Amino acid sequence: MAEESAAKPFYSVLILAFVCSALVAGAAVGLRPLQDANRLQDQKKNILYAAGLYEQDKSIEELFAPVETRIIELASGLYIPKDQIAPESYNQVKAALTESSGLPLSNMDDIARLRRIEKYSLVYLVKKDRRIEQIVLPVRGKGLWSTMYAYVALDIDLTTIRGVSFYEHGETPGLGGEIVNPKWQDGWRGKMLYTPAGKMDLKIVKGKAAESGDQAPYQIDGLSGATLTANGVNNLMEFWFGDHGYKPYFNQLKR
Amino acid sequence: MAETNKELLLLSIFKRNPIGLLVLGVCSALAVTGQMTTAFVMSICVTLVVAFSSLTISIVRFQIPSSVRIGIQITVIATLVILVDQILKAFYFELSKQLSIYVGLIITNCIVMGRAEGFAMSNPPIPSFIDGIGNGLGYGFILMSVAFIRELFGSGSLFGFEVLPLTTNGGWYVRNGLLVLPASAFFLIALIIWILRTVDPEQQEKN
Repeated sequence: MAEESAAKPFYSVLILAFVCSALVAGAAVGLRPLQDANRLQDQKKNILYAAGLYEQDKSIEELFAPVETRIIELASGLYIPKDQIAPESYNQVKAALTESSGLPLSNMDDIARLRRIEKYSLVYLVKKDRRIEQIVLPVRGKGLWSTMYAYVALDIDLTTIRGVSFYEHGETPGLGGEIVNPKWQDGWRGKMLYTPAGKMDLKIVKGKAAESGDQAPYQIDGLSGATLTANGVNNLMEFWFGDHGYKPYFNQLKR
Repeated sequence: MAETNKELLLLSIFKRNPIGLLVLGVCSALAVTGQMTTAFVMSICVTLVVAFSSLTISIVRFQIPSSVRIGIQITVIATLVILVDQILKAFYFELSKQLSIYVGLIITNCIVMGRAEGFAMSNPPIPSFIDGIGNGLGYGFILMSVAFIRELFGSGSLFGFEVLPLTTNGGWYVRNGLLVLPASAFFLIALIIWILRTVDPEQQEKN
């Protein structure tokens, strides 16, 4: 090893730090556009998947063409003009945590255990021949270990589920992690959120959902060994399709 | 060094496997062995990082003051890991989502540090590079063996392709829940170490 003066450690560390930071910064800045594009692509894929429009061999841009992205104010349910908040760059989860664009939730209201909720939410309108066919809504809530993120696609009757896609979670693999199993997610198709009286009644049950009868449209197959994850999913559905979630928006749409 | 480059490479895979003999790098081996694909990518990432960090450190080994050498090694390793992470995010997004925090954990993977300090600091660049590749492959070998068992019997698939149809998907195979959880890798790694040391008694520790 080389002879050492007192100053040598300092300048060798300085040179190293400079070279390394230049490399890291270069990579981060140079690759950012690609990374952002990937993230956006992934998000679109999940939205399409929930709406049942995803096809493996077609480009996501092409499939996403009939989808219009809008922003609504959750409390009033009204659309916010695009020039006020640009939907392309709006980060909903981040907004909830910011002082100006989020609100704290009281313990009573905080069914999905989010602590804070954003004032504005993204909604995705799937159109066909200029008419809205489906509405895809982002939802999230705590499961057993983690926050679970999903998109729920609703029919224009605002109660029939066209599909769901859970796309991010940290639940136990093989148990709660089964929420991403496409087979289970398929079981959501055609289920109903609200009873004719307007009560949110959809639930994951224990065991198999009823095949027929009054309750059948409101029941989803249970996940064995994942009671707490299922409770979390129930809670997040109850929250997002209740008064603090998308209910005001639905009321606006019905008008 | 009396060993040729080829010996260096092969010895690190079987004879002094970083997990098998040195029992280094077990932490990440638990986390990423649930699926063959993630284990495979992790093996490649670790191999690249060990090889290039050993190479870099070996090239500048005469310039590194011994009082700050650990700090310098960590900085070099961290830089390489961040580069790997950024590249994965840009080009293999799906995989980077699955590996997420584990790529960052390569920094603390004992193998990388161990080879930098134990080999690269006192050997020329080319053998250091080969030693790095060998150790990465040795790590990968164990990782892939564990992932093979865990994915086949835990998820009924290999590299994501269904081999044993699961009951949750309408098949006949009831998955082994333990193998899906990271802790099962402990047992499997222990079994592999046992086999390695039975086949090659030289690896056994003397009392």
